Amino acid sequence: MTDLLRIENLVVEYATRRGTARALDKASIILEENKTLGLAGESGCGKSTLGRAIMRLVPYPGKIIEGEIFLNLDQPVSVKTEDIPMGEVNLMNLDEDQMRALRGRMIAYIFQDPMTSLNPMLTIGDHFIQIMQAHDPEIEDEAALDRAKEILDGLGILPERVTDYPHQFSGGMRQRVMIGLGLALRPRLLISDEPTTSLDVIVEAQILEQMAELKDKFNLTMILITHNLGVLAQTADDIAIIYAGRIMEHASTDALFGNPQHPYTKALLEAVPDVSKPEKKLTWIPGAPPDLMDFIPGCMYNPRCPHAMDICRTTVPTLIKSKSGGKVACWLYEEE
Amino acid sequence: MSLRSYIVSRVLLTIPMIMLLLTLVFIILRIVPGDPALLHFEKNVDPEVLAQFRAQLGLDKSIPEQYWDYLTGIFRGDFGLSMQDFAPITDHLVGRFPATVELALYSMLIAVGLGVFLGVKSSKKYDSNTDQGIRLFGIVTYAIPVFFLGMIFQFIFSIWLDWLPTGQRFDPRMGAYMPERITGLYTIDSLLTGNLVGFVTSLRYLILPSLTLGLILCGVFIRLTRTNMLETLRQDFVVAAEARGLSERTVTYGYALKNAFLPILTMIGLQFAILLAGAILTETTFNWPGLGTYLVGRIDHRDYTAIQGTVVFFGILVSLVSLFVDILYAYFDPRIRL
Repeated sequence: MTDLLRIENLVVEYATRRGTARALDKASIILEENKTLGLAGESGCGKSTLGRAIMRLVPYPGKIIEGEIFLNLDQPVSVKTEDIPMGEVNLMNLDEDQMRALRGRMIAYIFQDPMTSLNPMLTIGDHFIQIMQAHDPEIEDEAALDRAKEILDGLGILPERVTDYPHQFSGGMRQRVMIGLGLALRPRLLISDEPTTSLDVIVEAQILEQMAELKDKFNLTMILITHNLGVLAQTADDIAIIYAGRIMEHASTDALFGNPQHPYTKALLEAVPDVSKPEKKLTWIPGAPPDLMDFIPGCMYNPRCPHAMDICRTTVPTLIKSKSGGKVACWLYEEE
Repeated sequence: MSLRSYIVSRVLLTIPMIMLLLTLVFIILRIVPGDPALLHFEKNVDPEVLAQFRAQLGLDKSIPEQYWDYLTGIFRGDFGLSMQDFAPITDHLVGRFPATVELALYSMLIAVGLGVFLGVKSSKKYDSNTDQGIRLFGIVTYAIPVFFLGMIFQFIFSIWLDWLPTGQRFDPRMGAYMPERITGLYTIDSLLTGNLVGFVTSLRYLILPSLTLGLILCGVFIRLTRTNMLETLRQDFVVAAEARGLSERTVTYGYALKNAFLPILTMIGLQFAILLAGAILTETTFNWPGLGTYLVGRIDHRDYTAIQGTVVFFGILVSLVSLFVDILYAYFDPRIRL
């Protein structure tokens, strides 16, 4: 299997009036083709920033400071300035026009809140026409609409509803429209940022199932950003646990759930409520995630970690191979 | 609510609004101290002449009767007689209205066009020097008095550089090219009749007044556009559009501005009243033969009936424009249109 996406030492900072917040600190991930990678972590840990950074759309005032994002293209992409050749390309070296050609065409992004992700002034059909014409100016409105109807039909939405406006759809339907828009141009990589957080559990299950079907149908590679480990257990092949902008553990789903290495991962799994054991009390991780403005020497997790040693408070641990077959950044382990 | 029932209810709402306006103007002019008829004459006027004068204007009737005549008159399009020459005020208003419309139209175009363009630019370059510069420009133009800016323009472009005329609507020496009256707007009439010389001439006369008034008004639009754009640019659907690889132009204008435009539309309606007030000053500065100069002239002569007629006319105009803007608003927003 080849790697579709490889991120190396990505650093993203937000320059605010209070100071500079490092939202991602030397994050590295690897994603094989046709696999689903789950990015999990607490609110504000940088998982969405990582997703947005892949599109090079970090929200203002964020900025990618350093690092490499390699995407493996299975076909060349035509751009009006300079075409992008087939093969591995470093997104950090592309200009704005080239990036725009990749967005929507090769990488699709689905947002958390379907209620606000569609333009209220445009019909659903207009949304489809725009994305298709943005990447293929030749395509006529009629042809684009026909294609839109086909896609909507496949997602269980009546094709004649292309002329309706977003406010006429329910949340679940809007998220399906978003997925349809995301997949309209058959991208290789689909990044979904908490796609079901704002939906109820039944619709959530339907959407996740639909996404899994579509993934097989279109040979998609997926990144699923969530704080819901239960969702990841069902859908992800690999999981990366992020804490305060750093990757703490990166392993296969089985290894991560069966044999968690990092104390943070262990604590997270411990805190997942279990319906089969109602007598078990809810547990939590003592303390709170650090303010990213504060400089914490050593491991970001050390103030909350029960195993913290002297070295944890002085030196940043690097991601090393772990016993479970994955990678972990913790001084409790030594490179195997 | 369907668009039709919205329009019907909005139109019905306008009727009591205009009634209230008419009544207020009537009352205010009646409670102002001094007898308008007496003020019209020099001291020691013959009581018979005074009585005759009152009778001619209907001022001898009781207040309720005057009120009734006034209301029914306006609904027939009769704004009363001028105290000065007993000519129907309606004729003056109709004759001078196009000049004010032309000035208002071009000023609004400049104000909205420039304001929205700079506002969008400012929001896109948020917190940069461009942004600060545009904001400063907006505040300065907003704060300058109309007549002062007008005089500076006259000084620079008319007197110093001698490029443009200082005032009036048309060159009296070029009477042969005077546009034929169709709509009363010189620039449009001259184009309709293919009178190119007339078009260029009337445009030359129009530039300074409409630029003055337009610049004064554009500050509001810069600030409003900037604020609303900053808000919409942060919305999910704008980021989602970027993530789909749409061009910057589509995202900025088709997504962000399209959604930020509704409050701007409302502001156009609200600014119309300020535009008319500004037009009075601009017209006076540039000797523009519109309703503004007419009103100022009538005030100078204490021509109460004409003042009442003109103010009422302005009031009805503002109500109708805001009605039109509200309907446009509903038309543009699919969530109201349904």
